[in-house]
Amino acid sequence: MVVNWARSGSPWLIHFNTGGCNGCDIEFVAAVTPVYDVERFGIKLQGSPRHADILAATGPVTSQIAQSLRRVYDQMPSPKFVVALGTCAVSGAPFRNCYSIQGGIDSVIPVDVYVPGCPPRPEAMIDGIAKLLQRIRGAKK
Amino acid sequence: MGYASTVKMPFGPQHPALKEPEHFLFELDGDTVVGVTPRIGYVHRGIEKALELSTYGHGLYLAERICGICTVAHTCCYTQAIEELMGIEVPPRAKYIRTIMSELERLHSHSLWVGLVAHEAGFDTLFMYAWRDREAILSLFQEITGGRVLHAINTLGGVRRDISPELADKIRCTMEYFEGRVKDYRRIIRTEPTFLKRTRDVGVLKPSDAAKLDAVGPTLRGSGIKEDVRRDDPYIAYDEMPFNVISSDGCDVFARTEVRVEEMMESIGIIRYALDRMPAGVFRVRAPRNAPAGECVSRVEAPRGEDMHFARSDGTAKPERYKVRAPTLANIPALCRMLVGIHVADIPIILAGIDPCFSCMDRMVVVRGGRASGTLQSKRDV
Repeated sequence: MVVNWARSGSPWLIHFNTGGCNGCDIEFVAAVTPVYDVERFGIKLQGSPRHADILAATGPVTSQIAQSLRRVYDQMPSPKFVVALGTCAVSGAPFRNCYSIQGGIDSVIPVDVYVPGCPPRPEAMIDGIAKLLQRIRGAKK
Repeated sequence: MGYASTVKMPFGPQHPALKEPEHFLFELDGDTVVGVTPRIGYVHRGIEKALELSTYGHGLYLAERICGICTVAHTCCYTQAIEELMGIEVPPRAKYIRTIMSELERLHSHSLWVGLVAHEAGFDTLFMYAWRDREAILSLFQEITGGRVLHAINTLGGVRRDISPELADKIRCTMEYFEGRVKDYRRIIRTEPTFLKRTRDVGVLKPSDAAKLDAVGPTLRGSGIKEDVRRDDPYIAYDEMPFNVISSDGCDVFARTEVRVEEMMESIGIIRYALDRMPAGVFRVRAPRNAPAGECVSRVEAPRGEDMHFARSDGTAKPERYKVRAPTLANIPALCRMLVGIHVADIPIILAGIDPCFSCMDRMVVVRGGRASGTLQSKRDV
């Protein structure tokens, strides 16, 4: 209980683009910068998967990146959570039928929160992450 | 050599300095880079094939999503190519609106880049300021088109939405604010010692190399060569716009920053000029469903440089072949030249210096051993 509370206090995020168009990525970075500022929730963006609690993945999974996505996920220490940002990350649309696309993020790794939108607004991304934090806090274990 | 004197250091695909997945293999001799092998293609989605499988109208949505930062440039290039194939003339008002959108996009893309390069230089204050100011342009986009990042304003035969006089006043107002901010950036980058130390004489690209390796956009202009598609091969309404092609002789990352900041000033001037002289009339004509057989190359100056699209039609409602050559791909050979002979600590800032946009670029997939799909490379390469 206390551990979960502590975990939701300051989650560290890692961002990984799995083949998106950059639209979601710049909106994600916009969420970190002063106008939206996720740091007020204690959320910090950092570079190494080994230090991260939440993987924020954007873009459809291309066949060439799938292995790296899996590897980044495996490197994260447990407990770990995945947020799929954008319609591409949710289902692979509009590239769903392309020959080098495997599908959404959940075709490779389990996803906890889906944030649809092309691209989702920073408010929507923050809402998705806040909902995840609520769930972590409420988790009984 | 009897023993290996160099060390190989992989960089990416997941790396804090790169927002996008791309891999570079550096060969190091101590702290100096002696060789670099780029391995591109992680973001290859197969857009060209998807464009060939969709109708001209649907292709517009895919062209929009080639890149989320230069979306207006890509749709401009796409519509220009298809309109020429179809033989339709865009109304002058639509041309002006496309010009205004293209320049607004240049403002947003360059200010984003100024932020990123400041971040790589360890100057996070400017990063935060630039990204805060950029939000003014994004809200403007939202009012003009309804979307902050993807706009869906360009369509075959014109634009989807008009710019009303009230909206024009709002744009002028934002330009007023933004001009003040750009002047501030200009002052900061020229006087801030931390920034100057991190960017001066870093990532040098000689003019002869830039020309030989076919660099484009601000990377080329930062090496003192004045080449700009907007002036050399005017499209939409650029033949009527007064503006200077900016170049700088520094040949380093600082020169590229200077070029981009000065270009922002020029963009503000173009937007003001276009708003004042917008022709009246319709902003969209009906486009036919099919295009007669033919081929066409269309060029656009995207924020990162020359963007080129090629379309071949066979008389049906879908293109027979569609090809996209994004500016970042043209800058990769120049980037590899800049990266040789530098210190390891300078790698991120030089990489960021060409303003790479890998999602624009990855048009190719390497098939080894005749396998058509699945994992296209060995585990060792990742």
